[in-house]
Amino acid sequence: MKTFVQKFNATFGADMGGPVIAFIAVMLIFGLAADNFLSFGTFGSVAFQLPELGLLTLAMLLPLLTGGINLSITFTANLSGLAAAWVLQAHGGADAPLSAFVFACVAALVTGAAAGALTGAAIAYTRAHPILVTLSMMIFLRGLGEFLTRGGDVSGFPAYVAPIGHGSFLGLPIPLLIFLVCVAVWHVLLTRSKLGFGLLMIGSNMDAADYSGLNTRKIVVLVYTLSGIMCAVAGIIMLARFNSVRVGHGESYLLITVLAAFLGGVNPFGGFGRVLPVFVALVVLQLLSSGLNLMGANQHLATALWGVLMIVVMAARTLASHYRIFTRKKA
Amino acid sequence: MSGAHPLLSLKDIKVTFGGVRALKGVSFEVNPGEVHCLAGENGCGKSTLIKVITGVYKPEEGAEFLFDGKPIAAMTPTLAQSLGIQVIWQDLALFGEMSVAENIGFQLAVNGKYGLIDKRAIDAAAEKALARLGVNLDIHQPLKDLPIAQRQIVAIARALVGEARLVFMDEPTASLTQSETDYLIEIVRNLSASGVAVVFVSHRLAEVLEISDRMTVLRDGSLVGVYPVEGMTQSRVTELMTGRNFDNAVIATDHDDAPVVLSVRNLTRHGEFSDVSFDLKRGETLGITGLLGAGRTELALTLFGMRAAHSGEILLEGKAVSFGSNRDAIRAGIAYLSEDRLSLGLNQPQSIADNLVMASLDRILSGGLISPSRKAKVVSRWISELGVKIGTPDDPIRTLSGGNQQRVAIAKWLAISPKILILDAPTVGVDVGARAGIFEIVRKLAAEGLSIIVISDEAPEVYFNTDRVIHMAEGRFQAVYDPRQISLTELESAVYA
Repeated sequence: MKTFVQKFNATFGADMGGPVIAFIAVMLIFGLAADNFLSFGTFGSVAFQLPELGLLTLAMLLPLLTGGINLSITFTANLSGLAAAWVLQAHGGADAPLSAFVFACVAALVTGAAAGALTGAAIAYTRAHPILVTLSMMIFLRGLGEFLTRGGDVSGFPAYVAPIGHGSFLGLPIPLLIFLVCVAVWHVLLTRSKLGFGLLMIGSNMDAADYSGLNTRKIVVLVYTLSGIMCAVAGIIMLARFNSVRVGHGESYLLITVLAAFLGGVNPFGGFGRVLPVFVALVVLQLLSSGLNLMGANQHLATALWGVLMIVVMAARTLASHYRIFTRKKA
Repeated sequence: MSGAHPLLSLKDIKVTFGGVRALKGVSFEVNPGEVHCLAGENGCGKSTLIKVITGVYKPEEGAEFLFDGKPIAAMTPTLAQSLGIQVIWQDLALFGEMSVAENIGFQLAVNGKYGLIDKRAIDAAAEKALARLGVNLDIHQPLKDLPIAQRQIVAIARALVGEARLVFMDEPTASLTQSETDYLIEIVRNLSASGVAVVFVSHRLAEVLEISDRMTVLRDGSLVGVYPVEGMTQSRVTELMTGRNFDNAVIATDHDDAPVVLSVRNLTRHGEFSDVSFDLKRGETLGITGLLGAGRTELALTLFGMRAAHSGEILLEGKAVSFGSNRDAIRAGIAYLSEDRLSLGLNQPQSIADNLVMASLDRILSGGLISPSRKAKVVSRWISELGVKIGTPDDPIRTLSGGNQQRVAIAKWLAISPKILILDAPTVGVDVGARAGIFEIVRKLAAEGLSIIVISDEAPEVYFNTDRVIHMAEGRFQAVYDPRQISLTELESAVYA
């Protein structure tokens, strides 16, 4: 058993343990309890639901790793979606040509990047706490969005947009494919890029990073800019899925993204965390809610169980670390 | 209190952690009212011994434990408190936001009647404890407003409230200036005169020799011996602590023919240092010594581009340079090892490997991305070149000893191939044995042509390890010495005057 744990840790990293155990537990429990759980339908619904929460979690992940947080992710996604929606409407709404959609996506990405860069600059130059800055940004964006839309929906998009939310390619949902690409990009960014290295370093000690010649301000601005861009990707997917944009869509995801990141072994104080365990944690959360759904449980109960799962995983981690100390002493 | 028997007497104390013997049958004795020094390198068992005495760890069977002549069957932290055994740890464990009085009377506040806090009783206890030390302090000011030396006093006063009879002080002078240290020594003398025994645990040998009556030396969990301090020299103590003999010899040599790498002309930063001028040659090691607050670190940070000079010039190989940030300085080949290894010099929670490559990422890129194989190569090269003892490069750097951490910190800078390496207090928190190792590295680097500036508030350190010594005080260069032409005593009396 011990050698297996060591081998697992060496191959996948110690932070993978929690999410994988939770994954196995969820599969076993629902596989036994609901006979139709291990079916194509379950995984299909997970595959379509995963991307929205997943993309927003990726947007949350980078700020968390720097020891910060981005509370404005959902409204950044909404506003980016709005930017895209207006571009489409200005070019004929449901009759907009494909070129207009490309332009709309660019507008969304620029909007997300701008919101993120502004947030990042405010954090880097005022050194105010990210909670305060991103909370202000969140309220600003919400207010702005509601003012511009008068609280209503913007809808009426060309037919070719819908597949981005609902379509499949080679048997896999297109939103899932987009999400997987983003996961891969984030993984490479964190493990191999200078920016990824720097953001982890400032996450555990900003001053030491500064003294070693890392450009900490630039890193902070880039981190929130990338977070904003990822929000924009989520915003485009949401636009396609709902065939409309509304300020407030996906608002309930905000704190779930934080939960998913912590479930995926991200250090709450920053500096440590990887993309792949967070990905597995996201899958677990979706399986949990789909499973409960299948068994006819109330959706709100699923949310409650997410909280329970988090507490169980945290307790298990504490126990595991005690066990580790115990075995080392004996060795 | 009777003087016939020792206040504390331990015999045959053995402690084992997970198969490692931390204490291998140590005896320890403290007389009433004595100032006793407990000396030894990090990891020799000093802290373990203190924790046995305060009941945190239990010694193995066969140990003898007497306090005030009476055997103690099982020491517990509560019993130690009630017997008047107090420890002042290096971090002091005080509350910055609370007042002086609240810090001193902390126990009274916790144990107040009906869960209420009797402010007047706390104030009275604080006044009484400070009076006993002969100190005048405003007991209502917040602790965080006090300089570190006075916080130290507050920690001592807190120990006195518990009717202390035996006080352990763990590295009490580590962050004090010379005059603050003198002040603390005075306080300790008053304390011992009033009948309280004090055990000093310290790396800094000079003050240990000045203040103590006797010393107990530990090495690798064993007792080396108990010695009267009178007639003891620093080098003898070092030898006892490390089991090795470090022959100190002046290494200064001339570099007249070498080209000038760095010229500083009339460099000034208001309120920090002024009119500083010097030349640093290729392969030369320049020492800058002076008390804390002399402007040494501020000068170094200015050379490193982290602060801007108000006037004056910095010339690198003859060309005037001006740095917008330390990134410019690093690009120009200037490296700065911070005096504060714990929070500025190294990123303690992160891995050894990541710390090592932190300043030289550009050199391990391949196609714009960090190449794991290049990174591993750089890491293993420097680990072996500087003789760093590690488990694996992925271990957090905080798991290493001070000496090994410092080697990684030096390696981090060598990895950028610097022209100039500024070492600010490179031996703080490093064992005596490991210090010699650090300076061996410095000597080797200088021989390879690196220009080095060593900043230290310990005059002997620069005297024995550099080619020229600059004495800095109040932000100005006072004098330049050639170690070959003056004695250490002369240098020390100039610096510590």
